[in-house]
Amino acid sequence: MHVPDGFLDAPTSVGTAVVAATGVALALRGARRELDDRTAPLAGLVAAFIFATQMLTFPVGAGTSGHLLGGALAAVLVGPCTATLCITVVLLVQGLLFADGGLTALGTNITLMGLVGVWVGWLAFRLAQRALPRRVGSVVPAAAVGALVSVPTAALAFVGLYAMGGQAPVQLSTLAAAMVGWHTLIGVGEAVITALAVSSVVAVRPDLVHGARRVLETRTLHLREGIRA
Amino acid sequence: MRWVSTRVLVVTGLLVALFLAGVVSFYASSRPDGLSYVAAKVGFSSSARSHHSDGSPFAGYSTKGVADQRLSGGLAGVVGVVLVGALGGGLAWVVRRRGGTTHLCGKD
Repeated sequence: MHVPDGFLDAPTSVGTAVVAATGVALALRGARRELDDRTAPLAGLVAAFIFATQMLTFPVGAGTSGHLLGGALAAVLVGPCTATLCITVVLLVQGLLFADGGLTALGTNITLMGLVGVWVGWLAFRLAQRALPRRVGSVVPAAAVGALVSVPTAALAFVGLYAMGGQAPVQLSTLAAAMVGWHTLIGVGEAVITALAVSSVVAVRPDLVHGARRVLETRTLHLREGIRA
Repeated sequence: MRWVSTRVLVVTGLLVALFLAGVVSFYASSRPDGLSYVAAKVGFSSSARSHHSDGSPFAGYSTKGVADQRLSGGLAGVVGVVLVGALGGGLAWVVRRRGGTTHLCGKD
């Protein structure tokens, strides 16, 4: 979903740059609450893992492919503010060093993947978590739901931006149908990868998983009978 | 439940990321991604302009001057993982709450 230079006009690109800069500034303040000595190294790992996984484009249907966006994955593992920072770092390095995602479109890409992808993924995760049984294991399916929802929503957000400042005239309904349709399929891949990654960390260190914090904090202790002190 | 130290988790995770970007990426699909595909179908892909960073030594996830495709892409992937991990981890380390954690058990 990396938007290249030229798809959107200058005013729209400036607008998304302002939105992205504001979002990243807020995320920098919010991330302080999410990060401590234990979780900061995990944030570096999450950013590196998302970069690596984004190189693994998987075929979708006939003729197209998709790759992980990573917004929901990062939000569940390290918290949504830190996730916005992680995705921003990935997009910066991809744009500057790997010529992936336009530089004038950097604000657009941060807005779509670092803000919409992350925060929609996080909200959908929290809603799903509320609907599921209150235990640590529920974090995995809830993360998959967040991932599944985040990709077509980010695609729809692109359509919204294109409606404001697309450079070539197109039928918006056709664009919306194609973007949401294909990205729902890509969202299934996103959900699978997210579930795998989150379940790996939950299995070995549930205490580090941001999305599991509330469950772990409120977990009550049960005294088992028949155990001698 | 088998718990591992944060150090083991992060090192293992980084090794997995290096393996994915350095080796597995060679087998990734080379079809256009969702957006490029839709842009071509709906008819606005021609409005894309060439990239400012096309002259970068790692443009297009390949390493300039390395002819072997497997090595060229793998090297670019490894450089990317190291750079993104260092920048992301460094930023998180700078932004983090200082002075201990809320963890009851102290160090892990």
